[in-house]
Amino acid sequence: MNPERPKNLYEKVWDAHAVRELPGGATQLLIGAHMIHEVTSPQAFGMLDELDLPVRMPERTFATVDHIVPTHSHLEPFEDPLADEMIRALRRNCDRHGVTLFDLASGRQGIVHMVGPEQGITQPGTTIVCGDSHTSTHGAFGAIAFGIGTSQVRDVLATQTLAMQKLKVRRIEVHGELPPGVYAKDVILHIIRTLGVNGGIGYAYEYAGEVFDRMSMEERMTVCNMSIEGGARCGYVNPDATTFDYLKGRPYAPSGAAWDEAVARWSALASDPDCAYDDLVRIDAREIAPTVTWGIHPGQAISIDESVPDPAHAADEAERTSIEEALAHMQLRPGAPIAGTKVDVAFFGSCTNARLSDFVEAARVLEGRTVADSVQAIAVPGSQLVKEECERRGIDAIFRAAGFEWREAGCSMCLAMNPDKLLGDQLCASTSNRNFKGRQGSPTGRTVLMSPVMVMAAAVTGHVTDARSLFAQPQEVPA
Amino acid sequence: MSALEKVRAVRGTAVVVPGNDIDTDRIVPARFLKCVTFDALGPQLFYDERYDADGAPKPHPLNRPGAERARILISGMNFGCGSSREHAPQSIHKAGFRAVIAGSFAEIFFGNATTLGVPCVTLDAEDLAALRAAVEADPEVEVEVDVDARQVRAGEHLFPAHLPDGARGALLEGRWDPLAELLEANEAIEAAAHRLGYLPKGASA
Ligand code: SF4
Repeated sequence: MNPERPKNLYEKVWDAHAVRELPGGATQLLIGAHMIHEVTSPQAFGMLDELDLPVRMPERTFATVDHIVPTHSHLEPFEDPLADEMIRALRRNCDRHGVTLFDLASGRQGIVHMVGPEQGITQPGTTIVCGDSHTSTHGAFGAIAFGIGTSQVRDVLATQTLAMQKLKVRRIEVHGELPPGVYAKDVILHIIRTLGVNGGIGYAYEYAGEVFDRMSMEERMTVCNMSIEGGARCGYVNPDATTFDYLKGRPYAPSGAAWDEAVARWSALASDPDCAYDDLVRIDAREIAPTVTWGIHPGQAISIDESVPDPAHAADEAERTSIEEALAHMQLRPGAPIAGTKVDVAFFGSCTNARLSDFVEAARVLEGRTVADSVQAIAVPGSQLVKEECERRGIDAIFRAAGFEWREAGCSMCLAMNPDKLLGDQLCASTSNRNFKGRQGSPTGRTVLMSPVMVMAAAVTGHVTDARSLFAQPQEVPA
Repeated sequence: MSALEKVRAVRGTAVVVPGNDIDTDRIVPARFLKCVTFDALGPQLFYDERYDADGAPKPHPLNRPGAERARILISGMNFGCGSSREHAPQSIHKAGFRAVIAGSFAEIFFGNATTLGVPCVTLDAEDLAALRAAVEADPEVEVEVDVDARQVRAGEHLFPAHLPDGARGALLEGRWDPLAELLEANEAIEAAAHRLGYLPKGASA
């Protein structure tokens, strides 16, 4: 029997990793795995060098290269000398400090938040940080995972610890069964739309209820990935048999007797049934429809059969100005239906939705169809392993035959740090996670966030389209 | 590591960059994020507002003669909103600024700047307007940000300033950068890492 009071997973993991209280009141928190990439690590290594400090636990530090990698070809040197310098700096730093680097030639390179889970580095009950806000992805495994700034990357490199303030915990339950044609991406867009982009500030999100229980690990990652878009620095799902099945046999997962011990330990870390939360939100799965954004942040989202808001009906002045700004940027008419909006680019990629199951489901609906002439469509697997498996299954052939460009792994058009960019005011139907002005590389470029299957529908028709009316639904409805 | 400087007050000339909601992309344009050190970020501060496409200077407060000596940056509401990347406060710091005065700050920017030992204080709207007027009237006037007394002085003017207790204490006591404190706990780190199985048995890192 556990003599202590019941606790949620966040509290258990926090308590286990607390090294000590710091004089200023923060907690010194031990970090189980530190993921690094080329954009936010070189300055931190530089600071370490200035102080003449080594990396404290290089065996708990893992690197890959993703943001600046061109996806039309991984051949080096890159055309952009700055990008080339960044990848060489990462190699140098990893080499000097004995840090494992999943480099382009490793066959295991990819977006940092895909590599951790694929390699089994991401494990339940641990703490994971990375100089990147979408580190929340790793919470799908029941880890406490969050993004940090570059000075904090330095702190973790130097001490494997961080000065942190404890968050509150909000449990978000989604009950019942999702309607056909509704995916994990719709669930998280719906949650952000409901709770707001700032709703999660100061909170960790615990996702629970039958919908998350039934989700695959890849679907849970899609949801946890976008926790930060709702203001929550981390989001997690309690570990269960689905989690353990995913991890078993992965390179960094425990094996043999250590595996059984680990599963017992991980199981005990799940939130206790009668533990307390700072807040509880309940959502009915039947309310969730295919959801798309219409504005310039992920909270400005509606279901595919709704119309964009009219500033004349705004609740207050602040809302009115934000609607007006968003509509002006998106070139949308107040009160117009979002379906039918013309699409110029279809982007299938990013750490939100570029995993194998996303490609399998998208290929199922895409097979035998072609991309509209007016649309440039690119498919970018999130990792080399995803790409390889898609190619083994012939999924790349389905995409190519439909008129998609089939690319190398990287962040690609999710953000403007590599050659993949929107031009002018192009409108992009995108599986990524941010629709901020200028995010995809053109100051006037427009982004509409949606699920992979909805991006397929947009690519095929050339318009924002309800995929449910276009494609047959599978017999087994994925959660 | 050497002890951190105790930041009690910052004195020097000031520059006013007017406007509200100045985001991190305006402070340092996104293309400069492709860098391996923060060293070059000083001259890139507000680059696209200071220079045209050919690199010729535009009229901007930071391009005025003497602006390069300024130590205090003054702006409007919600300064530093946008991304969490540290490039923006780093750029301000590398450009020589040691304090920022605004109507309010974005939370992450405030934290990142404090970690660099750069106090970010806020003034009430009227006081901020009066301070800006004083500095614009006489760019050479000495401005003092007094962290201890929570006030801002510009020549003859004295304004009450706001600074949360946590940040004020960290600056005054030289605890604004947590690294030295984190390094102190080496044995406790080792013990916790062994307890959690993060280090091979018997190994010491
Ligand atoms: S895919 Fe996009 S959100 Fe994910 S790590 Fe890369 S740039 Fe960031």
